Amino acid sequence: MSISPPPLQKVALEFKSTSLTVPVLLLASTDLTHIQHQLQEKVAQAPEFFKHSPLLIDLKKLNDQELDIEVPALVALIRELEFLPIGIRGGTEKQNYAALALNLPVHSMHGTNAPINNNPTTKTLAVPEVHNEQLPEQSVENKLITQPVRSGQRVYAKGDLIVTATVSAGAEIMAEGNIHVYGTLRGRALAGVLGDTESRIFCSDLQAELISIAGIYQLSDDLDAEIAHKPVQVSLENQTLIIKDI
Amino acid sequence: MARIIVVTSGKGGVGKTTTSAAIAMGLAKRGHKTAVIDFDVGLRNLDLIMGCERRVVYDLVNVINNEATLNQALIKDKRCDQLYILPASQTRDKDALSTEGVGKILEGLSKDFKYIVCDSPAGIERGATLAMYFADDAFVVTNPEVSSVRDSDRMLGILSSKSRRAEKGEEPIKEYLLLSRYSPDRVKLGEMLSVEDVQEILSLHLLGVIPESKSVLNASNSGTPVILDEQSDAGQAYADIVARYLGEDKPHRFIEEEKKGLFGKLFGGK
Repeated sequence: MSISPPPLQKVALEFKSTSLTVPVLLLASTDLTHIQHQLQEKVAQAPEFFKHSPLLIDLKKLNDQELDIEVPALVALIRELEFLPIGIRGGTEKQNYAALALNLPVHSMHGTNAPINNNPTTKTLAVPEVHNEQLPEQSVENKLITQPVRSGQRVYAKGDLIVTATVSAGAEIMAEGNIHVYGTLRGRALAGVLGDTESRIFCSDLQAELISIAGIYQLSDDLDAEIAHKPVQVSLENQTLIIKDI
Repeated sequence: MARIIVVTSGKGGVGKTTTSAAIAMGLAKRGHKTAVIDFDVGLRNLDLIMGCERRVVYDLVNVINNEATLNQALIKDKRCDQLYILPASQTRDKDALSTEGVGKILEGLSKDFKYIVCDSPAGIERGATLAMYFADDAFVVTNPEVSSVRDSDRMLGILSSKSRRAEKGEEPIKEYLLLSRYSPDRVKLGEMLSVEDVQEILSLHLLGVIPESKSVLNASNSGTPVILDEQSDAGQAYADIVARYLGEDKPHRFIEEEKKGLFGKLFGGK
């Protein structure tokens, strides 16, 4: 991606960091024909899924066994199969250099969970695994609030939000991750605001005006009176908010 | 250095000015040199409650605009020589107040006074935010009903985020709950929130409960802070509050219904 110098006027852009989930191609063989063959087989299983899929090439396994592979040839092969390689990692200095020459970014192995059960003798291609690629400068920013969240206040957490006091009516707490409230929750609580359907809301007394997970919400009018005054958790299942005792 | 107390609530009509007058008089009567400032520019009331409305020459805005000195504007109370009143301007509006101007006045007063009581206007606009900006302690006056409680809650949020102490990252403002116009009979009938209900919602240290009392209106009309009416329940409640604020241990009163007498207690219970 090329970035032209910003014009001298109002803000035209801003930089933000994000983390994406991309498939990682873990190579266990240097045999290009072999790789091509197996990749084709994989693509044939789900052509639509793999078409134009971004792909991170992981060479660590090969380099651990001191097996060298030609990056330009590998990249050409992958592109031919309509994958879009977005970088390599775990490469040697020479491979990194070759990748940069192809305008492919070099990612660090930092913060990634390297595969554990690799069998060095099998010369098969690992299934592209879905991997949460995280840039090193990012960290999940959980937030801890120990004071009551008052009416009219808004709290936003990039990760999980933990409130050890009450959340008043008219207050709004939001988190990209889970929300924990160890007091009475009377305001609005929105978990997974960026669409994480796995996020949950935990609280010791649910009297919220509104609860929401990944945009699916429920108003206090719809809350069962039975669930008040006891600890509950809220999760999202099949686009429905499920409220359960803890 | 003076201790700056803001009397605030968010909602109007809950008893901020009554409380400001009573607290200021209470502190002064105990020998602490106290100033009470009316921040309700345009809707001046404190001078009436303090009974000094006919002695107002200069006001808060005059001092901010350097049209008068602090000493010219301060009105000495006739009943207690430790108490001074700085009235608000009735002809201006709240835009006449500036953070620097208010800061300068409070700094000037801090040299001479032990306590400065700031009577905040209702609302959360300029006058109210400036009244609380420099505060060390906040007396949050709340009536036992839901809208007052919510407004107090909102005010507490502003206290903890928009004060000088919050902006400078200093120790936060000490917040106290004053529950006014409390009527145990009506609480029992379910017409009013109880002390516990309000405390549960606001999670705040209770400094005192002021009962609903006819003496408050009488005191206001006669220009006498109700704390001077030592026979009245409201006057006693404020005296307790001042004592508790100064660190004395006084049990809470006026929370329970008045005792019916022995037979009433034994047999009259509903």
